[in-house]
Amino acid sequence: MAHWIEPHPTGIYVRPADAWIDPSLPQERALVTHGHADHARGGHSHVWATRETLAIMALRYGTASGTAVGYGEEVRMGGVTIRYVPAGHVLGSAQILLEHAGERVVVTGDYKRRPDPTCKAFEPIPCDIFVTEATFGLPVFRHPDTGSEMDRLLTALHANPDRCVLVGAYALGKAQRIICELRARGHHAPIYIHGALERMCALYEDFGIAMGELRPATGVPAKEMRGHIVVSPPSALNDRWSRRLPDPITAMASGWMRVRQRARQKNVELPLVISDHADWDELTETIREVAPTETWITHGREEALLHWCMTHQIRARALALVGREDEDEG
Amino acid sequence: MRQFSQLLDALVYTRSRNGKLALIAAYMREAPDPDRGWALAALTGNLDLKAVKSSAIGEMIRARTDPILYEMSRDYVGDLAETVALLWPKREDQSAELDDGSLSLSAVIDRLSHVSRAAAPDALAQMMDHLDSSGRFALLKLATGGLRVGISARLAKTGFAQAFGLDVDDVEQVWHALSPPYSALFDWAEGRTTRPDPEGTPYFRPFMLAHPLEADSVDLNDYAVEWKWDGIRIQIVGTGKETRLYSRAGDDISASFPEIAQAFTGHAVLDGELLVRGDAQGAKEHGGAAASFNALQQRLGRKAVTAKMMGDYPAFVRLYDLLLEGGDDLRALPWTDRRARLESYMPQLAADRFDLSALINAPDFEALADIRAGARDAAVEGVMLKRRDSPYVPGRKAALWYKWKRDPLTADCVMMYAQRGHGKRSSFYSDYTFGCWTADGELLPVGKAYSGFTDEELKWLDRFVRGNTVNRFGPVREVEKTLVLEVAFDSIHDSKRHKSGLAMRFPRIARIRKDKPAHEADMIEGLRKLIG
Repeated sequence: MAHWIEPHPTGIYVRPADAWIDPSLPQERALVTHGHADHARGGHSHVWATRETLAIMALRYGTASGTAVGYGEEVRMGGVTIRYVPAGHVLGSAQILLEHAGERVVVTGDYKRRPDPTCKAFEPIPCDIFVTEATFGLPVFRHPDTGSEMDRLLTALHANPDRCVLVGAYALGKAQRIICELRARGHHAPIYIHGALERMCALYEDFGIAMGELRPATGVPAKEMRGHIVVSPPSALNDRWSRRLPDPITAMASGWMRVRQRARQKNVELPLVISDHADWDELTETIREVAPTETWITHGREEALLHWCMTHQIRARALALVGREDEDEG
Repeated sequence: MRQFSQLLDALVYTRSRNGKLALIAAYMREAPDPDRGWALAALTGNLDLKAVKSSAIGEMIRARTDPILYEMSRDYVGDLAETVALLWPKREDQSAELDDGSLSLSAVIDRLSHVSRAAAPDALAQMMDHLDSSGRFALLKLATGGLRVGISARLAKTGFAQAFGLDVDDVEQVWHALSPPYSALFDWAEGRTTRPDPEGTPYFRPFMLAHPLEADSVDLNDYAVEWKWDGIRIQIVGTGKETRLYSRAGDDISASFPEIAQAFTGHAVLDGELLVRGDAQGAKEHGGAAASFNALQQRLGRKAVTAKMMGDYPAFVRLYDLLLEGGDDLRALPWTDRRARLESYMPQLAADRFDLSALINAPDFEALADIRAGARDAAVEGVMLKRRDSPYVPGRKAALWYKWKRDPLTADCVMMYAQRGHGKRSSFYSDYTFGCWTADGELLPVGKAYSGFTDEELKWLDRFVRGNTVNRFGPVREVEKTLVLEVAFDSIHDSKRHKSGLAMRFPRIARIRKDKPAHEADMIEGLRKLIG
């Protein structure tokens, strides 16, 4: 079925449109689901993506020639009708719906089902072929309620007025989501951010997502940051950069934090299980909901999800895509 | 249960000792009775629930989830209890998993201690349904025995003492008079009753410790001299009915050395050095030889010990002091009197498990200095100087006891690998692996050190590591083999752990030798000659 769409190790090729979805090598025509580096690479001649994703790519790779596609808007390309549908993953993230020869294919990119104040919620679309991620494709991954994790963060902050809480969060998406979740909980104090987050937070602001007062964590006396939240990319948690902070409590916001040894290996004291990916229950429920004839699994713990599909009489195959999944993301 | 499971989680993630103490103290103040008493029992390893076997837990989860998904999950997570805790399917009527608060820690303990082995899996499953993943993890750890959250019994007791402003040694004294859930202990700690009477129980007495000798000379008319042995200090406490062995930190190590505990049936408290039979350190003229610390290490930290271990590494105690004999507390007496009592006590003891620490007869301090200098050849760690009129008092009291270790050995080694430290040092490369040269010009690791340098030197070393990294293996950085470190160590032994076949005891960085080219560092063969 759907012989017009071909999975390759370097991306998914849509033959009648002569376009690639999230290609890992530079291509003439690329349809990009969202701005994370393992999906949006630089160097394509022409990119179709949401306005937000194009802005993120421009920030990361400099100007790229791109066509902005709004959510719900139809694009026709060589007999294929293409629509971008919210994926709920990060700002501007989209599933790509392709219709051709009476068949519907949905490529999710990455997605989650939990509410996120920084992006539009995932919309399930019934289809013939459902191309899904499986980052947390093992039944041990079940993300707790975001509210309870945020409460733990605020409790630790208030219990330690002489220290700061340093939250490691992926620079695109997770960091802004954490900041917005804090604001939504009435935390209006300034939040200090690592230099690597500044431009991305400003971009979110440009798209109308209010971050409240953000201050650079660099060039500030340590004692000013006592009792405050500092947000940095995960790679800075145990690095020299963090030495400037006042006795930080090291937190990390990631779905991986559900496994104790993972958190311990990263020297994390306050693991926050907050993820931008679907957990096991959401992966399996989504597959049931969109009820595809066939499920393709792009990356992650595909073996377990494949097994689950088989035991639920759902035809499935694992695509071996290269270069996907950054450990810090999640 | 939530309070307890949150405490366990926090203990898993907290690295610093003070942080752990503060967590335990806060819990002990805030948790309700009798939960906190049961928690204290669990943390000190005094909870003995054996109703559930790991295999039963495996069966329980296989009956509830796809066995293949379970195997994949277990491969990924590693730990059985954690896998099952995470995997446990949530109840149909719950939108998110939660601890519904219906189970207290004491209710859990009550059920686990009364359930039969056959009924245990069902009882456990019922409880699992009311907990969140942290609660399930705590429950499974309790049920299978052994929390393994990286704290010792002594640390838990210290946290308890800290919670109520008590001295941990006072807590230690009454400990064995009490049993879980320790209501009498909490009553005393919170001022509702007087201190429980520890009389007749084998409780720990704080050790008397020694300062390093810094004076140029002491008068041997005032000080008696003994050899300093490289084992671990041990306290033997016998009530006539029961015997316990304590480490210097006050941890009960009776289970690791049952042959010693069984060999002592008297009513007394003794202080000595725990050693293994062998000939690596000392000889007949030192009052008998003993194996190296390495040999003793094979026996340390084991919960259960096999007959083979006891046969391969037979333990004995070299006695230094007698604190109590029968009902007499001798601690206020001068050392001379206690020594005399110890000597007359010796014949009651089994000679294969106990001997007497020999005294060194030196006419004057100069002669003693010569004897100490010779300690190196006999592979003895050094000498101890004890004021003849000193009472046995807790801790380190100036001018009473001194340790006078032989001078450390040193070697010039080349830094090979570096790793980040923990806690305050977590961003610094502060753990260094260093090596020496083989005859073929290959550098082989001979040891690892994390101390000896100043804060300024640490900053310099950290910069060196970052600027000279040639390879990364996870958290480990391999560096350019150019920096010579002068490493001081107490002794060196044969070891299978390092490829060089050598292991140093107490290695520390003595100096950074920026002046010395790496090819002039020491040879493995040279180090081998220092094996004592």
